[in-house]
Amino acid sequence: MSKATTLYDKIWDAHIVDEQDDGTCLVYIDRHLVHEVTSPQAFEGLRDSGRKVRRADKTLAVADHNVPTTDRSAGIENEESRIQVEALEKNCADFGVELYSMDDIRQGICHVVGPEQGFTLPGTTLVCGDSHTATHGAFGAMAFGIGTSEVEHTLATQTLLLTKCRNMRVTINGALPASVTAKDLILAVIGKIGTAGGTGAAIEFTGEAFQSLSMEGRMTVCNMTIEGGARVGMFAPDETTFEYLKGRPKSPKGGAWELAVEYWKTLKTDEGAVFDEEIVMEAADIKPQVTWGTSPEDVTTIDGHVPNPADEPDEFRRNKMERSLEYMGLEAGTPMKDIKIDTVFIGSCTNSRLEDMRAAAEVAKGRKVADGVRTLVVPGSGLIKELAEQEGLDKIFIEAGFDWREAGCSMCLAMNDDKLVAGERSASTSNRNFEGRQGPGGRTHLVSPAMAAAAAIAGHLTDVSDLD
Amino acid sequence: MEKFEKLTSVAAPLPLINVDTDMIIPARFLKTIKRTGLGTDLFSTLRFNEDGSDREDFVLNQAAYKDAEVLVTGENFGCGSSREHAPWALMDFGIKCVIAPSFADIFYNNSFKNGMLLIKLPPEDMAKLMEDAERGANATVTVDLEAQEITGPDGGLIKFEIDAFKKHCLLNGLDDIGLTLQKDEKIDAFEEQQNAAHPW
Repeated sequence: MSKATTLYDKIWDAHIVDEQDDGTCLVYIDRHLVHEVTSPQAFEGLRDSGRKVRRADKTLAVADHNVPTTDRSAGIENEESRIQVEALEKNCADFGVELYSMDDIRQGICHVVGPEQGFTLPGTTLVCGDSHTATHGAFGAMAFGIGTSEVEHTLATQTLLLTKCRNMRVTINGALPASVTAKDLILAVIGKIGTAGGTGAAIEFTGEAFQSLSMEGRMTVCNMTIEGGARVGMFAPDETTFEYLKGRPKSPKGGAWELAVEYWKTLKTDEGAVFDEEIVMEAADIKPQVTWGTSPEDVTTIDGHVPNPADEPDEFRRNKMERSLEYMGLEAGTPMKDIKIDTVFIGSCTNSRLEDMRAAAEVAKGRKVADGVRTLVVPGSGLIKELAEQEGLDKIFIEAGFDWREAGCSMCLAMNDDKLVAGERSASTSNRNFEGRQGPGGRTHLVSPAMAAAAAIAGHLTDVSDLD
Repeated sequence: MEKFEKLTSVAAPLPLINVDTDMIIPARFLKTIKRTGLGTDLFSTLRFNEDGSDREDFVLNQAAYKDAEVLVTGENFGCGSSREHAPWALMDFGIKCVIAPSFADIFYNNSFKNGMLLIKLPPEDMAKLMEDAERGANATVTVDLEAQEITGPDGGLIKFEIDAFKKHCLLNGLDDIGLTLQKDEKIDAFEEQQNAAHPW
């Protein structure tokens, strides 16, 4: 009998083109998503060396980081952003790559668009010049972020030179408590393993709490794998996965669909397979989460308090905590629920899918945004926006005083006009609370969509259950 | 890609953990379509006051460290985004080697693709090197990639480990794409086999 292997091992093994004596492998890449920020220098490299895109049919491009989330009929006002988006359009035209342009309803955040179109499939290797590419692992794909040199390498050769990750498994046993979402699960995991806990690892998420999640929830979990240091996060594909993919524009059709599902069902970790590291948590112990500092590992529960650096024995960590609290303008011991916010951002590749919009709308329904709170609700794609509007979610948001926007990355990383000014504080459904991430001097608290909506209503961080 | 063989330089201490890619180069500076020129905005928030003047407390603004080509820093350096603008900015500024207890995976790969050497050292060696680096203009170290050795200001030697293939590429300034294209036939064969087995 062959050795018991993990889901990651199986996909890795199925994509090796060549193995060098030193163990470095040439790995075939099935799918490549391209966006405007990390690709211009890669296309320039191809041009300079007279190279072509090897498999344009396995490549899909969309502008997302720079696009305005307000009226786009007049184009992009910021010159640098406009040049970057125009460069993507020209590069895609020159090299024959399919592009969803800014006025295409399919346009959106690349990590929302890939799955939505059925471009992301189980068992595939998928890359993108963006660290949140781990998102696609929700489908049982080996998906990871790469830099621009590797974007160019993939465009030119449809392969990458890689060394294998170690196998890590995170299991959360027990049913998901009613108030706890996918976002809370992954924030709790990051709080436990730390922001470097998954370095060098491919993480498989298992256990009842994870497996009961929808595809949207699984994408939220895998999306933030990188915030725990791991490039790859994965779920074994199951009926939930197949149900989501069936009939998507780029999913296999007819006989190929049957064949594909048959193969996808084999993509799971064998019994007895050994992981290099195992983390086990209990769902019943997990509460709604919120970050207090400037790293996603700086997380506590919504009924918790800002921690005291004096309690941290490690000098480096204590310094980092002190620096974080100073940046965040917070005092040790402050109840999280007492922290007032100026801005609420509901969106990003972490939490901008229909399920996220529904969760936020449910909280917003019949309530009003607190005075002085600015809000941005940014659906992940034009198609999600349309579906949400068909359900009347836009009306719920607008009536409650939320600002309903066009699709894009928006205030997650503040490359367009959506940003915090120095000292402003947000409750954000995005993935990073780094210093300056949402604008220079901006202060970010990461939360789930329901908690973000609740913060907008209350004017301060709060638990959904505390709302009137 | 430029070769990396041996480097002698002042080592600048940056004793922070989890230095993320937004700290190295904030997203607002990623709107370029070039690889060059990013050094101007390296560590923007740490380096400059709001009015654009230099922050005197930042190490690379201090006379002794202005020309440092080696950075000595804390664990998990380069965490966050996949932006290759981070190593581009460091290199454009003049940093050619970063030494830390650990690095984030994507940043680690990106740096080597640009000829920048990243060295991981155990805590005791890090502590010694950080102490050395804090000696200002006297903090000169020599990094020898071939020998996998760092010579400290007092002549002390620190050995380091490095992936053999990454070392080979750096020493010879090799372009990955050129190497891979030599395996074109193997890629063709893989595609043919995959197309038969998984035609979707």
